[in-house]
Amino acid sequence: MSFDNAYESLLGHEDSHWAFGTGFSDALVGVNREFPAGVDKADLAKYCLMLGDDALIFSQRLSEWCSRAPELEEDIALANIALDLLGQARMLLTRAGEVLDRDEDALAYLRDEREFRNVHLAEIDCGPGPGGDFGTTIARLLVFSSWRLALFSRLRGSADPVLAAVAAKGLKELAYHRDHAAQWTVRLGDGTDESHRRMQAGLERVWPFVDELFATHAVEARLAGVAVDPASLRSEVDGVLEAVLSAAGLTRPADTRAARVAGMAGRDGVHTEAMGYLLAEMQHLHRSLPGAVW
Amino acid sequence: MTTALEVASAVRDPELPVLTLADLGVLREVSEEDGRVVVTITPTYSGCPAIDEMGADLRRSLVGAGYAEVEVRLSLSPAWTTDWISAEGREKLAAAGIAPPSRIGPSVAGPVPLNLVPPSRQVACPQCGSLNTTEISRFGSTACKALRRCNACSEPFEHVKEI
Repeated sequence: MSFDNAYESLLGHEDSHWAFGTGFSDALVGVNREFPAGVDKADLAKYCLMLGDDALIFSQRLSEWCSRAPELEEDIALANIALDLLGQARMLLTRAGEVLDRDEDALAYLRDEREFRNVHLAEIDCGPGPGGDFGTTIARLLVFSSWRLALFSRLRGSADPVLAAVAAKGLKELAYHRDHAAQWTVRLGDGTDESHRRMQAGLERVWPFVDELFATHAVEARLAGVAVDPASLRSEVDGVLEAVLSAAGLTRPADTRAARVAGMAGRDGVHTEAMGYLLAEMQHLHRSLPGAVW
Repeated sequence: MTTALEVASAVRDPELPVLTLADLGVLREVSEEDGRVVVTITPTYSGCPAIDEMGADLRRSLVGAGYAEVEVRLSLSPAWTTDWISAEGREKLAAAGIAPPSRIGPSVAGPVPLNLVPPSRQVACPQCGSLNTTEISRFGSTACKALRRCNACSEPFEHVKEI
């Protein structure tokens, strides 16, 4: 292909798309996707949706910051992190879709709110719109990436070869995400009175959603050997967060738990008010123009 | 007729066109099965948008070289590492003004260590060679690059970050 003309290289192809949209080739083309013996495929699909939806929804939230971050480098950083997570989501949704007989686009764009399995931490509105703040977004990124990194480091040993491979690859990306959030947390927490106050407020805002990350769901309990029991991650993640908060001169908020509905939360498809607005924006184009490819 | 391996090895990376896919280490295997060429590539990052482009470029080049049937497969494991960028690829990067990654060795099991300050890697400025350089941002114009600045000659430059 020619690199002399940027437009030509973007538009001149017969069979490929440059930007992210719909209609991409299969995210797992050619990958060995045998199912491990004895695994309940329906449960495996639910588990892939949980981890895939966490990444997809948080990716959508992070990309809202593009052009709104405090500095240009941060626009690029948050967009890069969102892109890594979107890539993880594509592979996980494709894996789920093999069982459910739906492709990644159908799973991302055509499911309704109650069918999404992401944790609430991924979906809450931390800005850049009204009521949000960069400090809150960094607090969420710190908690989310510390937790997912610990999860993926164990998921490398999963009996499912696709989950193990997605984890081994994603782990390296998540290590960069966590370091980025940790370094910002220290810079803001140990910065001016104003930055310290807003970073602490960010932690207070996201903390009620931490508990859900470590609650073992029935699907995870049934998939021993394939899934990671999130309860087993708590002490490692607490240790990491403690190290960051102490270096930043911040205080760990009191452990409170966001309200559940009849004991259910994101893993059961019960979401916060913010989720419907997020999906409306994310799914709008695909639903308005069914079958559209861009 | 050149071999399928030679054709595939010469295909360039869409985002770092100074490198071939072989230099970058994403070309894992080229084989012929029943008259069909099977090329296996691995993505650099999970969300690398260039992966579809790489597949299309490989297909186009091989078909152009006379191989009628071409299949491109994806391999996720073992995960790509910058250690797979060839010695020649590192020289090409430096010559193009992009600092090549340092070698990091195999990844280890267990918890990943936390870095509260950016690791103080010695990255040489591709313009003047000075080791007195600092990281501006870990995230650059593509997923695989960081932005740095040389404190000696003041030039900013890109660095293929270690992964």
